[in-house]
Amino acid sequence: MKKYLYPYRYRLAVLWSMVLLNIVSGLAIPPLVGRAIDGPIHDGDMAGLVAIVGVIAVLGAADALLQLARRYFQTTTAMAIEKDIRGALYEHLQVLHTGFHDRWQTGQLLARVTSDLGMIRRFFAGGLVFAITSIGMILIIMGQLLFIEWRLALIVAASAVPLFLIGRKFFREYLPAARSEQDQSGEVSSAAEEAALGIRAIKALGRGPLMAARFEKEAAELRSRSIFKSLIASRSWSGYDAIATSAVGAVLVFGSTMVAGGTLSVGDLTAFIMLQLALLWPIEATGWVMAHGNEAMTAADRVYEVFDTEPAIKDRPNARAVERSEVRGELVFEGVRFAFEDDSREILRGVDLRVEPGETVAIAGKTGSGKTTLVSLPSRLHDPTGGRILLDGTDIRDLRLENLRSVVTTAFEEATLFSMSVRENLALGRPDADERDLEEAVRVAQAEFVYDLPYGLDTRIGEQGLSLSGGQRQRLALARAVVVRPAVLVLDDPLSALDVHTEELVERALAQVLRGTTALVVVHRPSTVALADKVALLHEGRIAAFGAHSELMASSPEYVDVLSAEPEEVAA
Amino acid sequence: MTAAVNETETKTEKHDKHASWRGRAESAEADRTSAEVDDAASIKELRLQSRRLLGWMMRPHKKGIAFLCAILVVQNFTSMATPLLVMFGIDNAIPAIADRGDYSLLVGIAAVFALVSVLKYVCVRLYIAQSAKVGNAMLFALRNRVFRKFQDLSVSFHERFTSGRVTARQSSDMESIREMTENGVDDLVLAGLNVVTITIVMLVIDPLLAAVSLLTFPLMLLLGRWFSRVSAVAYRKARETVALLIVYFVESMGGVRAVQAYRREPRDRELFADLNTDNQYAQAKGHQQNAFMSGGMRGIGHLATVVVLLFGGWQVMRGNTELGVLAAFLLYMKRFFDPLNELVQFYNVLQSATSALEKLSGVLDERIEVAEPEEPKSIASPRGELRFDDVHFRYREDQVVLPGLDLRVPGGQTLALVGATGAGKTTIAKLVSRFYDPVSGVVSLDGVDLRDLSEAELRRHIVMITQENFLFNGTIAENIELGLPGAPRERIVEAAKVVGAHEFIEALPDGYDTHVRKRGGRLSAGQRQLVVFARAFLADPRVLILDEATSSLDIPSERLVQRALRTILADRTAIIIAHRLSTVEIADRVLVLEHGRIVEDGRPDELIDRGGEYAALHRQWEDSLV
Repeated sequence: MKKYLYPYRYRLAVLWSMVLLNIVSGLAIPPLVGRAIDGPIHDGDMAGLVAIVGVIAVLGAADALLQLARRYFQTTTAMAIEKDIRGALYEHLQVLHTGFHDRWQTGQLLARVTSDLGMIRRFFAGGLVFAITSIGMILIIMGQLLFIEWRLALIVAASAVPLFLIGRKFFREYLPAARSEQDQSGEVSSAAEEAALGIRAIKALGRGPLMAARFEKEAAELRSRSIFKSLIASRSWSGYDAIATSAVGAVLVFGSTMVAGGTLSVGDLTAFIMLQLALLWPIEATGWVMAHGNEAMTAADRVYEVFDTEPAIKDRPNARAVERSEVRGELVFEGVRFAFEDDSREILRGVDLRVEPGETVAIAGKTGSGKTTLVSLPSRLHDPTGGRILLDGTDIRDLRLENLRSVVTTAFEEATLFSMSVRENLALGRPDADERDLEEAVRVAQAEFVYDLPYGLDTRIGEQGLSLSGGQRQRLALARAVVVRPAVLVLDDPLSALDVHTEELVERALAQVLRGTTALVVVHRPSTVALADKVALLHEGRIAAFGAHSELMASSPEYVDVLSAEPEEVAA
Repeated sequence: MTAAVNETETKTEKHDKHASWRGRAESAEADRTSAEVDDAASIKELRLQSRRLLGWMMRPHKKGIAFLCAILVVQNFTSMATPLLVMFGIDNAIPAIADRGDYSLLVGIAAVFALVSVLKYVCVRLYIAQSAKVGNAMLFALRNRVFRKFQDLSVSFHERFTSGRVTARQSSDMESIREMTENGVDDLVLAGLNVVTITIVMLVIDPLLAAVSLLTFPLMLLLGRWFSRVSAVAYRKARETVALLIVYFVESMGGVRAVQAYRREPRDRELFADLNTDNQYAQAKGHQQNAFMSGGMRGIGHLATVVVLLFGGWQVMRGNTELGVLAAFLLYMKRFFDPLNELVQFYNVLQSATSALEKLSGVLDERIEVAEPEEPKSIASPRGELRFDDVHFRYREDQVVLPGLDLRVPGGQTLALVGATGAGKTTIAKLVSRFYDPVSGVVSLDGVDLRDLSEAELRRHIVMITQENFLFNGTIAENIELGLPGAPRERIVEAAKVVGAHEFIEALPDGYDTHVRKRGGRLSAGQRQLVVFARAFLADPRVLILDEATSSLDIPSERLVQRALRTILADRTAIIIAHRLSTVEIADRVLVLEHGRIVEDGRPDELIDRGGEYAALHRQWEDSLV
């Protein structure tokens, strides 16, 4: 937290000085009013009255201005800090590995970036200032009370004991309750997000009512957790006001007997109680401030939970930079093993594969054989759990991640499109791509349809590619990969959604691009294999066969099983 | 007319400073519900709607709210009682003890004090508990209503509105309203009670002086009106900036694999920072205006003191008013303004919540393009005959997709649609599954216009497998079960077996109970497709639509699926869209489409013999197999 406050230290210092001045200016006026009544008005001194009122007016104006300025800067600073933390959180999330993102629902992340940060900000901008002002006021008033009559002040001090005990209990119970409420609030957001994202699937099955029932369950859970949290509050700090009031009663009773006994003057007792009444409001508000403080604390915990997650995939200490121009593009897998962290069984059990510079190797294998996992390794979206991958002889983990990913580009089968212009979507991997690069890529991917969109490349396509077909989306994704012009291109079944005719056109154009590029292509069909120089068959976690398509068709029955369409079977 | 359209277009473009990367939406209304147009009349209408919505939220809790108000009145009373008791004690109980040694009065006061304390405790406790119940019940109802509305809105709405914005409405806007229900409503009521009580007391004590001090009232009203006017604009803007931020956040986190694979991070960071800063300023704006109001209120309070002091002092000097009255007056003035100063902060929360409520009422007000029929018809035992009668359709004014389609698909027939991108294949699928309604003409099932079928009825008969293979958060079994909620495990397994998914599912660490992770991140595209297939098979509809449902499958899986399809489709109506002719070959009938018109129609083997478009495609496909 300190890290984020540091840049604002001067502003915060000014701010807190203003807060103090504001308290002083606020406290200075009532005594002056008293002076005016006791002095000039009592004495009938008009000129004196005007003078004092003049002072009050000036002080009042200053107080109002201070209040304005303080609030203004307080809110501006708090918003700036909130923005900084949000930005930092976003950057952190960007570098967290896929495994993290697979586990965390977007709604939970969203809740941290919006409502949790908001809670923290509100506490710093409101509750905290208020708490400190209150504590200051309580201390000042207690001092004055002690000065007037210490025995009565002891009664007031004694009332602090139950307040403290209740407060301690409150903290113990409220923190977990607030946490569980915030967690559930993230669940509700997640449910809302998922139902929006999957709206077509839901509608296609007519499961709207079911989703609504599920959402209602989450919302009901949130409701009951919120109420549970509030009930804790109602049980504990609802006593605060009553205790403070009882203390006033006790002071009145004891004070009165003391006055009757002649050890205290009526004036002093009145003054004492008057001051004590001024304590009521700050004490009453303490409970509210504590609740907000607690919520801000749990919110901060939730935010730090993310900050404290170390990215599993990051640069090694001595990672070295690599330039696109110096890469030849030799890609070697050496005994590569992989298992998901929650699964002891390995998907890859020692993959050995060498892709020469400029060569195109197709990866074939049955559904679930680990093809997609294998091709996510060269750009380090996952790290192998055993063995290593070498690019031009260097372990890719010894290369700087950002360099590596500019040299190795991966296009997935499912085209992730963002609600942005076509241009921005195409230039995803190379923001400085010029018109010619885009044109070329669009041509290679046979994605000329983009020029027919209402505003051409400037048309916004929806998150899932507004009214674009699966084939169109896939061609955009392919064009996006082509734009990057990487040394190593990894394509996960890039043509699956294309019709035969388009596929042929794309293949012809792509072949030129691939000529100077090392490529790893996941294939499901013989037609796509045509792109490749060689084919590797992934079977039971290893490369079971490697060679030209025709060779494998002749020598490997598994390969035939995976890749041959066997029209006679279709007709059967 | 055109000029007007252009004008609104350029206006919205001007509003969108992010157009350079966001691009231009096909419809100028993409980012908002139709209720949210920026002219004065619609803003007024929206305000009205949001108030109605608030009324709707509060109506079921009339009694609870009345009870809350009663608690606050009692609480207000106990607060007022404390100083009075003290005064009474000092003025009467002390002399009684001093003069007569009579403690009874003091004991009485102590007893009343105890009573007041207990009352206070009970009030606060009841209030917190009760307001939490009422507030959360209201939020609960609102959340559900908004969720259901989003579910009811058509696919075309969702396509332009984006899921991020839907999420924003249901998270940050809701949060804004929650904040209001949780904080400060009691302050508002107490301050209101306070203002009324003190005004009355002041008027009783000294009407003239009261009149003078109330002179500041119009100033306060003016200030309040200024704030609600400017802050409404500011907060409305802020709700949009935060929505944009959320849209960007949700999408870039959802697509984080692509972001990382393409080293998109720096550019993303830059754009997010832009939105983040925009949002910062937009959020700060309302708070800054609130700072002005807060300073202004303080100033007005001081001004009132100054005026009362001068005028009152003058009156005292002339002997028109007692000194004690003036002193009491000044004390009351302080108690008048202090709560109001606190209230200024709450006003801020209130304004923000009002804007959020406006956004939500905009959503609730949105017309559902594919509406439920008023009097739904039902089909007792569907044969599954589909008909298109002169169906016209277009997504955009200038681009006709279907220029009058006539088509009859008898019950039980398997129809394959073939044609280039943009030929209208998916559109036909979407019309049959009623994602859209035709612009003119009728799509009917067994002679009943689809528009006359209730959503539930329609989906029972017609199920579509979409291209996206969407998996929900949960286990594999749960995802398949969506096809038939409540289906026993055996049927789920059976469905998986039929489509050939059983083998890979069993191989997962927890079999059918394996969690698929976010969006099925644990599975490959082909595996997801099989799960979705199993889901549709379990649904067992009369009419099944497959839109590129086999594109990600490898050949062995595809073979299995095809074998399964022969059995599954034997007795139902099916529409298959596939570019892989292997899938098309299982069809009874093939339509070749071109620009929304049927150019060839017949059995696959017939068409091959005829030597037209389909025959050419088929030749090309056969060539690709070797």
